[in-house]
Amino acid sequence: MLVAVELKDVAFAYPRAAPSLQGVNVVIEPGEFLAIAGPNGGGKTTLLRVALGILHPQVGFARLFGEPAVSFDQRERIGYLAQRAQLGTNAPVTVREVVTAGRAPRLGLFRPQRRHDRRVVERAMERVGLSDQADAELSTLSGGQQQRAFMAKALAGEPDLLVLDEPTAGVDADAQESFAALLAELHHDLGVTILFVSHEFGAVEQFVERLVLVRGGITFDGKPKSLPPHWHDPSHVHL
Amino acid sequence: MSIFDADFMRLAFATGAVVGMLAPLVGFFLVQRGMSLIGDGIGHVAFAGVAFGYLLGISPVATALVASVVGAVTIEVLRSRHRAAGDQALALVFYTGIAAGVVIVSAAGALNANLFAFLFGSILTVTRSDLVLVVVLGIIGLGLIAGLYRPLVAIALDEEAARVSGVPVAALNVLLAGLAGVTVALSMRIVGILLIAALMVLPVIAANRVARSMRSTITLSVALGLVSVFTGLTLAYYADLAAGGAIVLTAAGFFVLASAVASVRSALT
Repeated sequence: MLVAVELKDVAFAYPRAAPSLQGVNVVIEPGEFLAIAGPNGGGKTTLLRVALGILHPQVGFARLFGEPAVSFDQRERIGYLAQRAQLGTNAPVTVREVVTAGRAPRLGLFRPQRRHDRRVVERAMERVGLSDQADAELSTLSGGQQQRAFMAKALAGEPDLLVLDEPTAGVDADAQESFAALLAELHHDLGVTILFVSHEFGAVEQFVERLVLVRGGITFDGKPKSLPPHWHDPSHVHL
Repeated sequence: MSIFDADFMRLAFATGAVVGMLAPLVGFFLVQRGMSLIGDGIGHVAFAGVAFGYLLGISPVATALVASVVGAVTIEVLRSRHRAAGDQALALVFYTGIAAGVVIVSAAGALNANLFAFLFGSILTVTRSDLVLVVVLGIIGLGLIAGLYRPLVAIALDEEAARVSGVPVAALNVLLAGLAGVTVALSMRIVGILLIAALMVLPVIAANRVARSMRSTITLSVALGLVSVFTGLTLAYYADLAAGGAIVLTAAGFFVLASAVASVRSALT
């Protein structure tokens, strides 16, 4: 099977700035549950954006499912969940409306929703435990539940690669643990490749199979258990 | 004598029916993207278009339509390519549009009552050819938004996720800006260039106060837009008022009413 994500000798610098990434090599196999962590400004978001083809590396290349990431044309295979603070609208919106929006990439333009699409949406809400609140207004739910609603939105696209960019930032500790347990369950049940990017990886440390620490380059790549004890707080990672 | 006995009122109501639906519908997606004021900027570019029409002696609606769409797409392109922040892009187009309008109007010697009808709306100025243009472009606009509803909602909820998952965000944002330009040009006859942005925004923020879902917000926005236009036109006819002002004040009244309903509902729960 094709490698889900591949970064080869990647270097990237923003205009008139020092390099954010240098000599980055990462291969993510299909079905892996991997966390990318590192201090703020360490380059993990840049790495993610290069991996997704949003940024073009000056050196090296990025591939998604074997294709160059910048010209990858099966983007509906990617589900994406951002920080809670960046989500939501200025309008009232129900959980079902949020989750249904996640079906848009699979529907394409102008194609109406069919029975199968509605079933996928219902299943996505069941998976995150929000079926009973399907018609509730999003703003009436807790922060953790809102994040689950957006998780269901990402799942409604039936992704092969689920990318979570600091998904638990601004969510309380209990909700973070519950969210991590949900991710572990999804990984087990669906076999989807999960790429979890976070400043704080404590909550998922016990679930991820592999941890990649980033600070300008890759400073650690391996099982979380083999991480030196004093490195567990990524803000203290030193090159 | 019935209000509909007059030919100009039948034309104004028919035009108003399309504008009353299209403006809040396009406005809904602009409000979600934090671009409530783009209609104002486009309106000022439309003013330059109207002035250009007078200068060349051709239909001011046609020249305003071209100017509005070009202005709207320029704002979106500047914003999306980060050449300028959203408000800076708007300011650039806004001021350039009004300055160009003033210069061209003075060159054309067109500072007269007809021009004021474009600025503030009039029930007397809608022509049959205006109505045909409004109906044809209005139906295209409504059809595009209905057909592209789901990807537009996906962008409104999370633009980055939509982009990563392959929704053509840049193209749809340009299309939405273009539709905003079309809406401004189509609406200027009855609402007026200086007030059209209000019809794109006020019904939406009024509906936001009381609706419980995105679908009901859109439905209520369109209903409030239609009722505002019909009420405003009726007031303009019987009280001899500027149509645009009467329409927008009605919409503002709905916002006050919706806020009161929301406050009462919140106090009761």
